[in-house]
Amino acid sequence: MAENKRVDNKLIDDNVVKTNVSENSAVDCKNLCKVFVQGDARITALDHVSLTIPKGDFVCLSGPSGSGKTTLLNAIGGLDTPDSGEVRIAGQRIDQLGKAAMADMRLHNIGFVFQAYNLIPVLSARENVEFVMQVQGVSMAERRQKTQDILSEVGLDGMEDRRPHQLSGGQQQRVAVARAIVSRPALVLADEPTANLDSVSMEHLMDLFVELNQNHRITFVIATHDQRVMAYARRQIHMQDGKIVSDERR
Amino acid sequence: MNVAATSHTWGIVWRLAWRNLWRNYRRTLIMLSAIAIGSWAMIVMISFMRGMVDDMINNSVQHFLGHVQIHNPHYRDDPSIVNRMPPLPDQARQFLDQPPWRWSQRIRVPAVISSERESLGVELMGIVPEGEMTLSSLPKQISSGHFLNSADSDGIVIGARLARRLQTELGKRVVIMSQDPDNNIADRGFPIVGIYTASMESLEERYAFIGLHTAQRLLNVGNSLSEVEIQGPDFRHVDNLYETLQQLLPGRDVAPWYRLDTYLGTMLGVMDGFVLVWIVVIFLALSFGLVNTLVMAVYERVREIGLIMALGMRPAAIMQQILLETLLLLLLGLLLGNLLVLLTVIPLHDGIELTSVAEGMEMFGATPRLYPVLYAKDWCLANGLVIVLGLLAGLLPAYRASRYDPVRALSKH
Repeated sequence: MAENKRVDNKLIDDNVVKTNVSENSAVDCKNLCKVFVQGDARITALDHVSLTIPKGDFVCLSGPSGSGKTTLLNAIGGLDTPDSGEVRIAGQRIDQLGKAAMADMRLHNIGFVFQAYNLIPVLSARENVEFVMQVQGVSMAERRQKTQDILSEVGLDGMEDRRPHQLSGGQQQRVAVARAIVSRPALVLADEPTANLDSVSMEHLMDLFVELNQNHRITFVIATHDQRVMAYARRQIHMQDGKIVSDERR
Repeated sequence: MNVAATSHTWGIVWRLAWRNLWRNYRRTLIMLSAIAIGSWAMIVMISFMRGMVDDMINNSVQHFLGHVQIHNPHYRDDPSIVNRMPPLPDQARQFLDQPPWRWSQRIRVPAVISSERESLGVELMGIVPEGEMTLSSLPKQISSGHFLNSADSDGIVIGARLARRLQTELGKRVVIMSQDPDNNIADRGFPIVGIYTASMESLEERYAFIGLHTAQRLLNVGNSLSEVEIQGPDFRHVDNLYETLQQLLPGRDVAPWYRLDTYLGTMLGVMDGFVLVWIVVIFLALSFGLVNTLVMAVYERVREIGLIMALGMRPAAIMQQILLETLLLLLLGLLLGNLLVLLTVIPLHDGIELTSVAEGMEMFGATPRLYPVLYAKDWCLANGLVIVLGLLAGLLPAYRASRYDPVRALSKH
């Protein structure tokens, strides 16, 4: 990573993937800026970040803590609004949407996997996985079938009725992944998804991501510190001080 | 899509609300107890207050107030024999002879009753015994002797307390003295043929009964009357009767009970206001606990709320979830409270004996036995107001939850 040439976001060198906006873009960001104010300090989390991710890509965002990975992921996912710039998901501009429209956009287009497992504690594994589909209005029969299939796929057969506190960390994360992908969203955003997993669970999870990416053309954007996770990515974007400093495709 | 999605969220909103309600079951049980006891207190208290007012009204109705009275237009200003009226015309009598009406006619004048030892003022009631039996309770409460046999009876019936004060007894003679329409003294001796008792002692020295025709002869008024009293099935529904009689009897004073006894009429109105104030006061005490419970419930789940927002649940659905949780808490609390009300009121349907405060109760015109009376409207009002005010109390925490920023909420620990 150290040998990567530092670039301005607008100046693309030969090694950097071209960020052409097209109908095939899953994500298109232009000039994103985000500044957090803490007391007298101003922290620039995103500094004129521009980025295009084609549909079906498998991208890792890397960089040290405070480099802006999570802020960028939140802006792409419509969880946070940039101070300036544009975010488009599947061609639709989302940075100007209201709260309800933004919620609908997330519901129908994006699956999230967070660092901490973030399951709903009062729902069972099955109900957690069904949650998004239920809000989407998917019929019960279809929900049940898809949930059963995905829980089998992530190796949680027989644990459908367990509440989160009855599952291990790895099992919880697999439920969270199942929830993120069960409705086959166009885009999955994962923030440090393997941070709390052992090596075996990490490999199992990443294999699942790759399989979903290849077989279902789901676009993955994963923010991580983990070199082992980065090894799975086809494209690696390194951030520092709120800027993209390298953008490489393997 | 949006509308459909919103309707689909109800299932998950319901599930989340119900399960979150029992997440901290101790806190929920404490709040349920508070709502149950609060609603129990408000409804039971209201039922006893209603019972007391109803008792006061029914007592008065049965003691010669009736539901509607007919008089000479000047009688109520000066209840003397001068302000008498002719008997009712046939059309009015035919109307009143039909069920559900019960009625009777009277001579009712102030008089002095004297024994060989004492003289006291009374209301002299010239009555038709058969009619009076259907209207008033006193003729049925004879402790010694008998009630009048007919409107031509030569005897007199007085109360036990009046007899004591006159130092007389059954079988002895008393003298009644009043004025005829020409202001001449009209007096006559009567043998005491019966002595009545009453639930309120004050009544026992107020009324003295003689036959209607005997009174008309005593006062030399032919077949004139002082008043006609009518009763229907319920003192709350007298307006139709009153309006019909007004049309049938032009030139006469037709008045419902609440105008004849404005104190009682006002009491009924005051009770409605009191019920409302009482419900609001109890609810205010409850609302602190309720708001605290909801605020804590939301505060403990900030991260979870951020998560479900991030997953695509709309802010409106978050608000629905918190309000539904509030509603469930209120409904369960009210259900328990209402069950407690039934468990309290049903065993007490015979009333509570309050002999130690009998005199005080009498001053209000109530009997010394307190009955709970549950009105459906009070029940609905108490439950409805608690639900509406409770939901209003839940609005602020619900609104705040719906306004969370998902990123900030997810970063809370």
